[in-house]
This record gives sequence, C-alpha cells and structure tokens, in this order.
Amino acid sequence: MSFSKFLAVLVSGALFGFGLALSTMVQPEVVLSFLRFQDWGLMLVMGGAVLVTLLTYQLVPRLCKRPLLGDHFAVRPAILDRDTVLGAAIFGVGWGICGVCPGPAIAGLGTGNAAMLVALGGIVLGAYLQGVLHADP
Amino acid sequence: MLLSVFPIGGEHYLLGGLLIGAGVSMLFVLTGWVGGMSTVFSSTWSYLSRTPYFQQSRFVDTRVWRLVFALGLVLGAGLWWVWLGPADVLHTSVPLWQLGVGGVLVGFGARLGNGCTSGHGICGLGSLQLPSLVAVLTFMATGFITANGVLFLGGR
Repeated sequence: MSFSKFLAVLVSGALFGFGLALSTMVQPEVVLSFLRFQDWGLMLVMGGAVLVTLLTYQLVPRLCKRPLLGDHFAVRPAILDRDTVLGAAIFGVGWGICGVCPGPAIAGLGTGNAAMLVALGGIVLGAYLQGVLHADP
Repeated sequence: MLLSVFPIGGEHYLLGGLLIGAGVSMLFVLTGWVGGMSTVFSSTWSYLSRTPYFQQSRFVDTRVWRLVFALGLVLGAGLWWVWLGPADVLHTSVPLWQLGVGGVLVGFGARLGNGCTSGHGICGLGSLQLPSLVAVLTFMATGFITANGVLFLGGR
C-alpha cells in the first residue's frame, strides 16, 4: 500500500472513530438504552451517517471516473439468503446482550475502556467460529 | 415529545453520525473501498488460519487496508478522548459476562450475515440494497427483544 493510500485510509478511519466516540456509541449503556426505547439517539447517528454515505455512494461514481487514489469504485456485494437473515438475527441477539457492535468494539479501545477488550475478544472468537464452521467458501 | 425521545439532547448524536458518514465517504472517494467494520474480523484471521473460508480473496486482498482502517478508528476515538473526553478512561457498567457472551454472538452473526450496524446499516443502506434493509430490520427486532429480555431477567 502506498503511503498516500495508507494515510487516506487512516484518516478516514479516524473520522469514523471520532464520530463513534462523539456520538457516545462506544458506550454500551447508550446503545442498550436505545434498544430499550429510553433514548432514540442511535437513530440520529445512523440517520446522519446513512444520509452522508447515501449521497456519496450515489453521486460520486456518476461525477468521477475513478477514486482519487484508486482505479475503480467498489460495490458492496448484496446477497439475500437464509444466512443473511439468520446472521442478522444472531447479531441482534448478541447486540442486545452486550450493547457493542464491531465498530465501537474497536474504537472503544481508544477511550481506554479496558472492558471493551472482552467484547472485542468475543467478536474475534465469534468470527473465527463462523469461518471454521462454514462448510465451503 | 422530542425531549422524551432524546432525554439528553440530540446534537452530539447527529454530529457524530455525520462524521461517521464523512469517514465512510472519504474512504470511498479516495480509494473506492466500501468500509463496513465487521469484515476485518474475518480478513485478519487469514493471517493466522489456513481454513479455506478465511483464505478467500475478498479477505486476503483487503486485509491490510481493513487493519489500517481499524487502527484509524482507535486513533479517532483516542483523539476525541484527549480533546473532549473525561479525564479518566471510560468505564462501563455492563457486566463482563454480557460483553463476552454478547460479543461472541455479535462476531458470529455479523460474519454469517455479511455485515453489522456499519456494513448493513450504513454502507448497505447507503447503497440502497434490499438485503441490508432486511438485515437491519432483523437485527433491530432481535436486539429490542433481547435487550429488554436481559433487563427483565435482571441483567444490566
């Protein structure tokens, strides 16, 4: 990876992580309070993030031939099958137990919250189990 | 009405969300890559495990930038903590068993369903993809039920 790309990815990630911390999504209590209908803030976080992303994903490929440092715009694979629904359902159950999803589990480390290591370790283990139990790639 | 839905105000939520969208957008405009967060948990295993699933090109070819992106997340949150956060490190009152058990299910489910709150919730919805809408509605529903069930059973 070139240095300019490294820097681009790092700064993009830093914006993401700063946003996660500012919006308090790195605090499991806040996520759980959303899932218990006590504070709907997560809808504002998601709404704001989707709005910006939607504009970018829909407009930029029409306006620019290629990314500034790359050769093409990737498209997220869209698959709807049993695993999509089953996986999302299991994810939701876990999310409802711990109040931590993959982004905040990583970003939470930056706030010195050592307990997040337990959630992070759990996610690492869960992802491993999914990969080894998967019959064929 | 607004007061009861957002008891501590909504500005920091909205601003934080816009910044998350800005990060995903910057990654896309500069590199063309789509940055959901859960894939890094599979792609990084490709360094350590010979399991064929982890050796797929979609993981091996993206594992470097996904790790750099994850490092950026830690740095960005750290910047917030130094600049705007409390003097002490952040703590959580959620019991460790909940973080651990929930974490395993989050990791397993996000990878089985090919996405999490950022992958399906932000990148997938931003791509106007129906599977992501189905996934978001599904994990919101099971999340609501579980979080309230945990509270009912005496958890935090």
